Amino acid sequence: MATITINEQQIQRGDAKRAQRDRTMKHFQTQWVPRIILILMCAVFILPFYWMLALGLKSNAELSVYPPTLYPHDPQWQNFQDSTEVFPFWRFARNTLFITVLTIVGAVISNPIIAYGFSRIDWPGRDKVFLFVLATVFMPFPVIIVALVDTYARLGWMNTYLPLVVPMFFGQAFWIFLIRQFMLQISRDMSDAARVDGANEFQIFFGIILPQCIPALGVIGIFAGLHAWNDFLGPLLFLTSEKLYTLPIGLTFFRAANAYDIRFNLLMAASALVVLPVVVLFLLFQKSFISGISVGSVK
Amino acid sequence: MDSQTSSQLETVPPAIARDERVFSKPVRWWKSKTSWKQLGMAGVFVGPWIIGLLAFTIYPIYYTVRLSFTRYAGFGEMEWIGLANYRRMLFDDPIFWKSLWNTFYYTGLAVPIGVVMAMVLALAMNQNLPEIPLYRVLLYLPSVLPLFALSFIVWALLDPNQGIVNEALRSIGLNPPNWFGDPRYAKLGIVILAQFGAGQIALVFLAGLKGIPQTLHEAAMIDGAGVLSRFRNITLPLMTPVILYDIILGISLGLQAFVQSFIITDGGPVKSTTFIVNHLYDNAFRFGQMGYASAIGVALFVITFVIAIAVFQTSHRWVHYDLT
Repeated sequence: MATITINEQQIQRGDAKRAQRDRTMKHFQTQWVPRIILILMCAVFILPFYWMLALGLKSNAELSVYPPTLYPHDPQWQNFQDSTEVFPFWRFARNTLFITVLTIVGAVISNPIIAYGFSRIDWPGRDKVFLFVLATVFMPFPVIIVALVDTYARLGWMNTYLPLVVPMFFGQAFWIFLIRQFMLQISRDMSDAARVDGANEFQIFFGIILPQCIPALGVIGIFAGLHAWNDFLGPLLFLTSEKLYTLPIGLTFFRAANAYDIRFNLLMAASALVVLPVVVLFLLFQKSFISGISVGSVK
Repeated sequence: MDSQTSSQLETVPPAIARDERVFSKPVRWWKSKTSWKQLGMAGVFVGPWIIGLLAFTIYPIYYTVRLSFTRYAGFGEMEWIGLANYRRMLFDDPIFWKSLWNTFYYTGLAVPIGVVMAMVLALAMNQNLPEIPLYRVLLYLPSVLPLFALSFIVWALLDPNQGIVNEALRSIGLNPPNWFGDPRYAKLGIVILAQFGAGQIALVFLAGLKGIPQTLHEAAMIDGAGVLSRFRNITLPLMTPVILYDIILGISLGLQAFVQSFIITDGGPVKSTTFIVNHLYDNAFRFGQMGYASAIGVALFVITFVIAIAVFQTSHRWVHYDLT
């Protein structure tokens, strides 16, 4: 009898050890293998940022070192200052800011109004027309740049900020879509009650719907601001005199006739300054950014 | 419905549930005064978009087509020359065909790689690790960079002498090319550039992944399905709508590629990164050939439209919608 009991104990201990090994193995597979892969992936994706900063801090001498150094051995913090002297940095920054503010104003005003028409008023064909609105997103902008330039020239709008800002006051399909999604979620009880009480659509819009849309308007404002700050093609096409140029155009001033003469360190420093507001904004809002986009895009 | 209601209540139609009240058009809505009133009100709100569409999209398209039949230098006379621009484009302009080849080459590589990239990123972002928010931010970060800035940075990264990428490749024994200086590899450099922006679409893929009910995976795991099998049979089929969206979006963007090649190589070396829009830009603003450039624009429009329709029409063969 005693022999059998000892064997049972041994079997149980053996089973427990195997289970422990399996758990450790599983823990390694589900925790550490993904972790290692993720860290490697992040290293690759962080590379542009890291290189921008590393290159931006290198001295001229260190630029021509071969093989290239992995990090700046002699960080030149005044590169940031120097890079702002290669082109009229601060004037271009003011210009870009001006365009950005006007764009945000236009976007925050026009998109909710249009979205209201597509979400809170029922009218025949509404949803089909909205599908068409979405389809216009796929219309390639470069197709019409020649026509736009010539039309604006005839209107006297060339070399002004009008071609960049005015279209923002007429809505953009994607932003209309975002606000419309938001508005569709607002409960109908209040607006129906208001309608029964005799309120017209404007009163409902300003009094009931709009105040509830402030978060969505914040998102649109940020998107619009980023769109304007980062716009390269627009200013390239429509601005012809240097005093109106924007920061993205300013970065092209670093290009020299000969590819070998480009001062990459100053170019990278200037780039860092230009994208700084964008990155800061993103890091501040990244939680709502990432969760907001992924939530809003489910089907 | 309570069968013991009085005869009065029996004639009252059931209320339409608030949630389901998508506008149900009464038959012959054009005879209803209310419908017209609604339409009018909607018109006031939607009006700005209609005006914008007409002014900034419809009219320019019409004007582009008109311009494509003329010879016009941007000033002075606009001379009607019929189909001459199109004849020149198709029969007399090798650069046009080169630009088509370049664009298709780039798009044909960037889109499939992009879809794979987005899926890989989304799967990575979907891992169940406590520090996953940090990884998500880091992976998404480069797509926050505007295209022109990313172009300058990747230019520096892939520089044969000062760039770290080539150095890394050399250290593992490879002989890396002079990416943007070599006509054979410049387009690949731009394909690589495009992948850094994958974070943005990866979020949409991530949303798609999260939309797959966990119960499906659990049931499969009980039946003994491994990770790969679950991916092939559950994840992939249910992700096909998102993949389709990414393909159409990617093709549309790929056909319009311009900024990257304009900034880094200006269409070179030896026209190897001259995409359709580069050619359009050169003709319009450097050679004073606005009419001809418009014809190129029309060609781009037709190509984009045809390809988008083709992809969409054949999609039903491989896309599974709503398998719930």
